[in-house]
Amino acid sequence: MTPDTPRLAAGAPKQRSRVRRRLNSALRMFAALVFAGGIYAIVAPGGAQGAAPLTPAAEAGKALYDVSCISCHGANAQGVPGRGPSLIGVGSAAVEFQVETGRMPAARQEAQAERKDPMFTNDQARQLGAFIQELGGGPQLPEGEDFASKGNIARGGQLYRINCSSCHAFSGGGGALSSGKYAPSLDLATDRQIYAAMLTGPQNMPVFGDNELDPQDKFDIIAYVQSLQTDSDPGGWGLGRFGPVTEGLAIFLVGVVALVFAALWIAGKS
Amino acid sequence: MKRRKVDLKALPGKSAQEVDTRLPVATPLRGVLNKVFPDHWSFLLGEIALFSFIILLLTGTFLALFFEPSLQEVHYDGSYLPLQGVEMSRAYETALDLSFDVRGGLIMRQMHHWAALLFMAAIVVHMFRIFMTGAFRKPREINWIIGLSMFWLGFTEGFAGYSLPDDALSGTGLRIASAIMLSIPVIGSWVTTSLFGGEFPGEIILSRLYILHVFLLPLILLALVSIHVGLVFVQKHTQWPGPGRTNKNVVGERMFPRYAIKQGGFFMLVFAIIALMGGLFQINPIWLFGPYEAAVVSAGSQPDWYVMFLDGSTRLMPAWDIRFLGYNIPPLFWPTVVLPGILSVLPMAYPWIEARWKKDYASHNLLQRPRDVPDRTGLAAMAGAFYLVLTISGGNDIVADKFHISLNAMTWAGRIGLLVLPPLAYYFARRLALGLQQHDREVLAHGVETGIIKRLPDGRFVEVHQPLVAPDEHGHTDLPYVGWTVPKKMNRLGALGPAIRGFFRPIEQSAPPKQEEQPREEVTSGKP
Repeated sequence: MTPDTPRLAAGAPKQRSRVRRRLNSALRMFAALVFAGGIYAIVAPGGAQGAAPLTPAAEAGKALYDVSCISCHGANAQGVPGRGPSLIGVGSAAVEFQVETGRMPAARQEAQAERKDPMFTNDQARQLGAFIQELGGGPQLPEGEDFASKGNIARGGQLYRINCSSCHAFSGGGGALSSGKYAPSLDLATDRQIYAAMLTGPQNMPVFGDNELDPQDKFDIIAYVQSLQTDSDPGGWGLGRFGPVTEGLAIFLVGVVALVFAALWIAGKS
Repeated sequence: MKRRKVDLKALPGKSAQEVDTRLPVATPLRGVLNKVFPDHWSFLLGEIALFSFIILLLTGTFLALFFEPSLQEVHYDGSYLPLQGVEMSRAYETALDLSFDVRGGLIMRQMHHWAALLFMAAIVVHMFRIFMTGAFRKPREINWIIGLSMFWLGFTEGFAGYSLPDDALSGTGLRIASAIMLSIPVIGSWVTTSLFGGEFPGEIILSRLYILHVFLLPLILLALVSIHVGLVFVQKHTQWPGPGRTNKNVVGERMFPRYAIKQGGFFMLVFAIIALMGGLFQINPIWLFGPYEAAVVSAGSQPDWYVMFLDGSTRLMPAWDIRFLGYNIPPLFWPTVVLPGILSVLPMAYPWIEARWKKDYASHNLLQRPRDVPDRTGLAAMAGAFYLVLTISGGNDIVADKFHISLNAMTWAGRIGLLVLPPLAYYFARRLALGLQQHDREVLAHGVETGIIKRLPDGRFVEVHQPLVAPDEHGHTDLPYVGWTVPKKMNRLGALGPAIRGFFRPIEQSAPPKQEEQPREEVTSGKP
């Protein structure tokens, strides 16, 4: 009905037909909805029940996800603005790294989540990883626990010094980045964790995908990093391997202090 | 054949006689050996530097036997597995061989490095002692300047040594040094290309640093050390004021035998500390740094502690790029060329500045206690705070990382601290000195606090003071301050040292208390 239609033209029979017309359109709408809904129910994956079934591991991971991760990453791992990023496509490698090192679940929102005692066992972390993997895909870790033995330490050292030492320092002890961020110490990292970190670039770390460092390069680096941990300092106590800062501290706290006392002692002998 | 009996006791004297008949050394030696040195622990701080220098020469000679400053490229084939087959310079290879394949090489390298750090540390501590006690005043201004020059020579010598092994850390340091030289307007690029023989790093720099490190600088240092110590003989050592000590005499022990024996013992102690540190604490693990490659810059790359203040000043400097008459003055120029320029010239001029300031042009052989010249003590604290803020800022990434502080916060704390802390240090050190002065004067006027609290008939409580001499009718003593320790405790009265001798434990029995004839008078406030 157009606004300029004269009101006088509207009569009783017209009114009846309008009711019928409305009824008709309502019925048509209902039928269309039933049809569309039916098509959707048949064609589209209807909710969780209709999706490809999760593997038992992923199912267990989802159960963990629903109680520990959901509040920041959302019901479908789509992320919650201001709390946590989307996990679609991060892959099981990222999940295993974050959960096994205790960084996730995060203690609080800050510049960077810190390594701490993990909340889940490694098996649980892998179940979570399986769930995220099946949800959105992404990079995965190779099989096995021991990558270090597959690598060449000397070559790994060269790769480490060029690619890693500018943040993690020559000793793997870590270093500061801007505004409270940091490259963590590699002391406690396992082979799988180092591999996962290179593959997924957690937090402030860049991604070293297989184009930059192929799997063999990664094995070499892991071999070198692990050799740093087992290599006992041949020169004595390593002073934390911080370089000249702690050496300067030591010469004053040990050398100068000891010799000032020696001077007091010698000068007192008269 | 009859065996001639050798009189062992007469042997030294006889041989000395034989020497003296050929070389007339007895007369000058007698003067030197009889030289009297005053004894105080703070006079031994410079000796720590001297002895470290001797150890540096000894260990350095050992290292030079095995080290080759060559930039020729080789593949490592030594016993350190993580570098097996890696391409590196011959210099780095020989430094690694020194650490792993030469017997005793690693401890020698570590002792050499610790001794270098100790050398510089002792110079700085000694310099503070000289400054705060006014030992640089006329007639010793020249020795003050020589001392300062030795600090800067040691600084350069240390940096040259740090750069020699051609590991990633020393290469990074050398890169920064070349950047600093390049930042000098107009002449920068000429200086750099002539030093490096072209672009950094070139092939000649290590040989040049080597001859600088093992020959030129040690020679100049050795000459300056001789003049420095020789001037102490010529001008005589300063001494603290005290009973029998004047501006014209020296009270102490003769050079021979007592002082020489004590110094010999002290040398052994310095040697022992350096050897202990060389054996127990790992320093400069070059095998972890890897060979130098331009692309390799590790986190936590710092110079040795005495260069760290320049690293700190660079980190704190805002990025102010100045363009002037078509020339670019990069921000690096101010903290690394201008600042050390000021820091080297200003202290050298200080003896004359202070003479003008205090209008004191006389010769001084007696030292001043730091509390007696509050302005100078304040200046020393100010300089110390300035240097400390810069040095900590030089390692601010390590501090930030290990104490979980934001690196940006560290930089700003350093910038603000550099401007705020030195004046505060001046103020507090000056007030501290004045307070100590006041307390000395109080003891001289009223006596030592006994810790005995007396209640007067009107109800007041007063602490009983033990006057140092018989007081006048007001209970005051009018003793002059002579510039030396004023006794502050009852058991210090009448004796300068503790009554029982012994450092760690008493080496003598205390005398039994004397049975006095007359009953002792009660200690009173001195008031009638």
